[in-house]
Amino acid sequence: MIKDFVKGLWRENPVFVQVLGMCPTLAVTTKAVFGLSMGLATTFVVVASGVVISAIRKFVPEQVRIPMFTVVIATFVTVADYVLKANFYQISKALGPYIPLIVVNCVILGRAEAFASKNNVSRSFLDALGMGIGFTCALIILGGVREILGAGTIFGYRILWEGFTNWIIMILPAGAFITLGLLVGAFNMIDKKVKGQRCGN
Amino acid sequence: MENDKIKKMFAGSVVRMIAALTIVGVMSGASLVFVYNYAMPRIKNNIKEETQKAIKNIFPEAEQIKKEEGYYSVNNSKGDLLGYAFTAEGNGYQGTIKLLAGISPDLLETIGMEVLESQETPGLGAEIATPKFKKQFNGLPIDGNIEYVKNKKPEKPNEIEAIAGATISSRAVVNILNKKIDKMKTIISSVDEGQGK
Repeated sequence: MIKDFVKGLWRENPVFVQVLGMCPTLAVTTKAVFGLSMGLATTFVVVASGVVISAIRKFVPEQVRIPMFTVVIATFVTVADYVLKANFYQISKALGPYIPLIVVNCVILGRAEAFASKNNVSRSFLDALGMGIGFTCALIILGGVREILGAGTIFGYRILWEGFTNWIIMILPAGAFITLGLLVGAFNMIDKKVKGQRCGN
Repeated sequence: MENDKIKKMFAGSVVRMIAALTIVGVMSGASLVFVYNYAMPRIKNNIKEETQKAIKNIFPEAEQIKKEEGYYSVNNSKGDLLGYAFTAEGNGYQGTIKLLAGISPDLLETIGMEVLESQETPGLGAEIATPKFKKQFNGLPIDGNIEYVKNKKPEKPNEIEAIAGATISSRAVVNILNKKIDKMKTIISSVDEGQGK
C-alpha cells in the first residue's frame, strides 16, 4: 500500500521521470508560489477524480470510459477554478488559462486510465496523492530555481544581494526549458548513484 | 442464431453506455450548480473590490464612487467631484492589457492610470505596472493625443517615455488610453449637457 504512495514522489515522479503534464510545468513556474498553487490545484483534481473514478469503475462500460473519465476530471477542474477565483483572486488571475487547462494535463487522465480504473478506492487515493505531491514538489523546485535566478527572490522574499542583476531569461519560456533539462539531468544522476549504492550493498 | 446473440448483447451495452454517460453528466452538472452558486457572488465581489482599489490608488481622496453608464464618477467625502474613472482594454504584446484610467472633472487632463490585467513579458513589458511608468500618466493634457518618445526624456507636456526594450507594450498602453479617453470625453460631456451642467 505504502508503495502506491511513495512511487509518485521519486521512482515514478510525473515530471522528472514520466515527463507528463509539461504544459503547466513549463508555463506557470515563473515564481515558486505559482508552482505551489498549480501543484495543489492539480493534486486536488488528481486525488478527487482518482477516488471517484475508482469508485465507479465497475459501472463504467469499457467503450465509453474515456469520455466518462473526462467528464469527472472536467467537473473537478471547474470546481478548482471557481474556488481559486473566489478565494485567491490574485493567484487565479496570474495563472490565467492554465487552471482550466488542468483538464488536459495528461498526469490526471494517465492516473485514471493506468491506476484508478483498475484498483480499489484506498489504493487509488494513495497513488493519486503521491503523484500529486510529486508533481507539486517538482513545480516548486522548478519555480524556485527560476524565481531565485530571475528575480532574486523566493516566495517573494529577497534572498540574493541587492545589486544582483536578474537573469530575465530564467523567467522567459527559454528559462523553463533550460531549468527543466538541468533538473531532469540532476535527478537522473542522483537516481543512478542511489541505485549504484544499493547494488554495491 | 449467433448473429442474434451479438445483436442482443450490443443493444444491452448501448443502453448501458447511454445510461452511464447520462448519470455521470447529470451528477457533474448538479454538483457544478452548487459550486457556481457558492463562488459567483464572491468572484463578482473580488472584481468589484479590485476596481475600487485601483480607483482609490488614482484618486487617494475618493470616498463615494458612483457607477454610471460605462464609467465611474468619483467624489470625495464632501461630495465634490474629483474626476471620472473608466476601464480600457486592448491588445498588448502578449494578450489583453486591461487598464483603469482617471481623468479630471473638466476633461482636460489625466489624473492617473492603473494596470488591472496584463500578460506582458516579465521584466520587460510587465514594467508598465511599475510606479515609475504609471506615474508618467499623472496630469497629462488630453485635449490632443498622448504621445510616447523612445530613449530620451519627454519634452512636451503630452509625452511619456517608453520603457527601454518594451516599446510595443508602452505603445499599446498609450493607444488603448487615447482611444478610450476620446470616446469617454464625448460620452461624459453629452451626459453633462443633458443634465444642464
